[in-house]
Amino acid sequence: MTERRNNQRKHIVLLSALAVGMVGFSFAMVPLYAIFCEVVGLNGKKYEQEISAEPAVLQVSEREVTIQFLAQVGRGMPWEFRPTEPKLKVRLGEIHLTSYYARNRADQTVTGQAVPSVSPAYAANFLHKLECFCFTQQQLAAGEDQQMALRFYIDVELPEDISMLTLSYSLFPVPDAEVASPTLASN
Amino acid sequence: MTSIINRRCRGLIVSILLAFSNTAFAAVMDLRPGVTDISRRILELHHLSLAICVAMGILVFGTMFYSMYAHRRSKHPKPADFHESLLVEIIWTAVPILILIGLAIPATSALREIEDNSNPDLSILITGSQWKWHYQYLEADFGYYSNMSTPAEQINNLETKGRNYILEVDNALVLPTNKKVRFLTTSDDVIHAWWVPDFAVKQDAIPGYINEAWARIEVPGLFRGQCAELCGKDHAYMPIEVEVLPEEEFDQWILDQLLAIELASGQAVADRAKTWTMAELMDIGQTVFIDNCATCHEADGSGQGSTYPALAGGEIPTGPMPTHIERVMSGAVDTEMQAWAPQLSDLELASVITYERNAFGNDLGDIVQPLTIFESR
Amino acid sequence: MAVTADHAIPNRSPLIAFLSRWLLTTNHKEIGTLYLCLSFTLFFIAGAMAMVIRLELFQPGIQFAEPLFYNQMVTMHGLLMVFGVVMPGFVGLANWLIPMMIGAPDMALPRLNNFSFWILPFAFTLLISSLFMEGGAPNFGWTFYAPLSTTYGPPSTDFFIIGVHLMGISSVLGAINIIVTIFNLRVEGMTLMKMPLFVWTWLITAFLLVMVMPVLAGAVTMMLTDRHFDTSFFSAVGGGDPVLFQHVFWFFGHPEVYILILPGFGIASQIIPTFARKRLFGYHSMVYATISIAVLSFVVWGHHMFTTGMPLAAELFVMYATMMIAVPTGVKVFNWVATMWRGSMTFETPMLFAIGFVILFTIGGFSGLMLALVPVDFQYHDTFFVVAHFHYVLYPGAIFGIMSAVYYWLPKWTGNMYDERLGKLHFWTAIIAVNMTFFPMHFLGLAGMPRRIVDYSLQFADFNMVTSIGAGMLGLTQLLFLYIVVKCIRGGEKATSRVWDSAEGLEWTIPSPAPLHTFSTPPQFPIPEKVYQHD
Repeated sequence: MTERRNNQRKHIVLLSALAVGMVGFSFAMVPLYAIFCEVVGLNGKKYEQEISAEPAVLQVSEREVTIQFLAQVGRGMPWEFRPTEPKLKVRLGEIHLTSYYARNRADQTVTGQAVPSVSPAYAANFLHKLECFCFTQQQLAAGEDQQMALRFYIDVELPEDISMLTLSYSLFPVPDAEVASPTLASN
Repeated sequence: MTSIINRRCRGLIVSILLAFSNTAFAAVMDLRPGVTDISRRILELHHLSLAICVAMGILVFGTMFYSMYAHRRSKHPKPADFHESLLVEIIWTAVPILILIGLAIPATSALREIEDNSNPDLSILITGSQWKWHYQYLEADFGYYSNMSTPAEQINNLETKGRNYILEVDNALVLPTNKKVRFLTTSDDVIHAWWVPDFAVKQDAIPGYINEAWARIEVPGLFRGQCAELCGKDHAYMPIEVEVLPEEEFDQWILDQLLAIELASGQAVADRAKTWTMAELMDIGQTVFIDNCATCHEADGSGQGSTYPALAGGEIPTGPMPTHIERVMSGAVDTEMQAWAPQLSDLELASVITYERNAFGNDLGDIVQPLTIFESR
Repeated sequence: MAVTADHAIPNRSPLIAFLSRWLLTTNHKEIGTLYLCLSFTLFFIAGAMAMVIRLELFQPGIQFAEPLFYNQMVTMHGLLMVFGVVMPGFVGLANWLIPMMIGAPDMALPRLNNFSFWILPFAFTLLISSLFMEGGAPNFGWTFYAPLSTTYGPPSTDFFIIGVHLMGISSVLGAINIIVTIFNLRVEGMTLMKMPLFVWTWLITAFLLVMVMPVLAGAVTMMLTDRHFDTSFFSAVGGGDPVLFQHVFWFFGHPEVYILILPGFGIASQIIPTFARKRLFGYHSMVYATISIAVLSFVVWGHHMFTTGMPLAAELFVMYATMMIAVPTGVKVFNWVATMWRGSMTFETPMLFAIGFVILFTIGGFSGLMLALVPVDFQYHDTFFVVAHFHYVLYPGAIFGIMSAVYYWLPKWTGNMYDERLGKLHFWTAIIAVNMTFFPMHFLGLAGMPRRIVDYSLQFADFNMVTSIGAGMLGLTQLLFLYIVVKCIRGGEKATSRVWDSAEGLEWTIPSPAPLHTFSTPPQFPIPEKVYQHD
């Protein structure tokens, strides 16, 4: 009888641990998913929004691809926001500088955060940004405008079947710029 | 009432009969062949899998029904007592695996082709928002909104429903034939899904992300679809209409659009040069309000609970003018209130704001001129 | 129920005695009854919501339900049917039957058992009360995809979140109890591979519950913090991803689908051999098939998300894995047919429902196989074809399973036979109505009708009307079922202890109605044949 009780207790403990562990797992899915996306290039997003290192030796290939720039303005964001060049023909490995134009048309200072997305999704891992306005929150005073720089190159390893990339930025308002720091910006 | 039922019944019988006549079958009960190579391959795959399922069904249910007939107690009083056979188990594990492999091969090859988005001739950025689509021609660099054009009276059963009830829009997406068109989908608010059955394209539009799909349409014509992902109140009223034109006509259409945009901007200059009277603005404002705002805020400005606040006596429409203008132009973050600056002209915005400030008993008596809107853009 | 309240304390008013008996009971049979009553009550509430949906869809245009209210009905119907009807229904059966089937005096953790039941009425009161709140009930579908449910959800979403948490706690505790009971309280001699299949399928179901309900809890917790504490798990603004929500949800959601059906497999595997008067064919392969279905269910969640822009490799993997599930499921169906083959069958109501279950569930399985093919899924996804598919799996699957179980064991529970003629009438009306309701939905989906729409274009009108008429009939048959059950509880022909002439299992060795306490001394196992004759 006591043996059965011990067994029973052991089972209860193990099963409860399993249940608690699965709650942990559900939260672990958040970083796991980010890693998974990064590895397979899902969603066209590099979760670690880190600045790519300046390439030591620049390898430039003859192959040319087109990169298309898009801009989306999120709800409640009183900014005009658009790429200065809608598309560029670039050689793989060559460093390019382009920009997005932003103007705050509200009568107060507004902070925004741009979130990138790349299509085709798996091309995201081959697009290296050396400088990007999306790395930090952007702040514009009332009526102020700004050219926001984007410096990038495309890896020479870009798969053969990609001839066109689309890079899209969605611009969202940051409600309480000092208090809330979105997880993305803090990375 | 009886006559309605009678008519419906007759309609039902006719359509069931029709359904079994070959031609109409596909329209009512089966996937349609569509107008792209992919859509036809998908149809073939659908028929193949359906045929396999029907064959398996006949085999399994046939055996069952035979057994229920022949092995019922009155006919077969003494049951056999076998209850295991490794050989049989292996057979009915292995055979389905082989069938499934036979099904997986064509599915895989079709899928590889569907997912090949390379080398498009034309790119359209499709943005879903509650409850309309926006189409942006990336090469020609212009775009427009596409709203359902079925009037509310038809939906509320006050008028006879038209042939294309809730499947018709004001501005259809226009595409050329025989070009590889790439559809980039994204969303302004919740997840939507852009679906045109004839192209076999269904792609989720996800806020902050871009998805892609493509189609090479073979024949000109009008094709219809609907939003396929629950996106809130008017999910049912978010149709897609695509007009496919032969290539040359399409090129001409693009030129016409660019010209029209130029003309509209000329009109906008004229609009803001003029000083409008209250009566003029209220008149235009009412139309704009009914077309765009009434679905949530109701035609009498009474709103619907806390999600869609009342405009009659509302905080924003009776508050300071600049806040009101800003709210209408940029929308409100994390709510269903959209940014209307990209959707409406200066005149439309000025008149709808004027309308909101003076209708529903708000009676503030102030006027917004198109020039004010232009300056706050 | 015919069981007596032998531990009710005298000197109390009957009402207090009644309340304290049912509130404080730790008896597995009484708790089982409570679960079944709750499930049956919610079945009528969720069914009434389905009636509202079908009434609205009877004709094109807006008739009875405004779009927002319609969306609330769709959401609550799904949530209540899944969490309030099928799951408590199966848990009720588990409570009643598992101890009797394994020769145990009660569940291993009787007080926990009481607790896990009494959480539920509160959970569902919370959920249903949201219908009367400002902004209405949740209106984002039972799958509550972000951001529709997070950023754009009505205020009542928080009540929904708490409700889901409570249901989750209840299910996990119930599942732990069932596993511990099965592992520790089996009668001597009953090895795992000698357990009745209902016990086996519930053991596997319970493991699925322990593993996935916490994931659901995690998902709704993330929703809660996204809504109120400035996190952004599911919002692109702060670096989150709405698609992540779908991954977390379906990691729970797909095994959940099997939670809703595996006990039904167990029930069919108990009933078909009884009425075929022949042992279950391929007991071992049945067990292995169930286990492999459960294991595969953890790697196929992506098949709900083919249109979200998954990479090709993931689509292929999920497609192949999903197709593989057809193999063990097929084995189960073949085994049932082989059990019937050369048996000596009679067709009492439980058998009719079990056969209906096998046939219609198989049809749902076929459409499931078709849905697994990614290219075609692009056309089927989020249409009425999917609605038809999962209603075929859940109505004739889960609900027919529960109904056949109720008919099969009701004489054991009440001591009275149900009215066989009415039972057959119930079956035949139900099977006609089920097919009339759900079969035309296949056509609607293929012809292009999206799911969850309040209004549809004219070419869908005829089949929607047929479906709505079928749904009305289906609703009426439930009243017949209610009448049959009440009539059986109140009286009827007395049942023998074995009830069915060739029923096998420990529960048939005790008298009907089953006394409140059974197997206080362990029974003999394997069961000696003479035990069945002691009436």
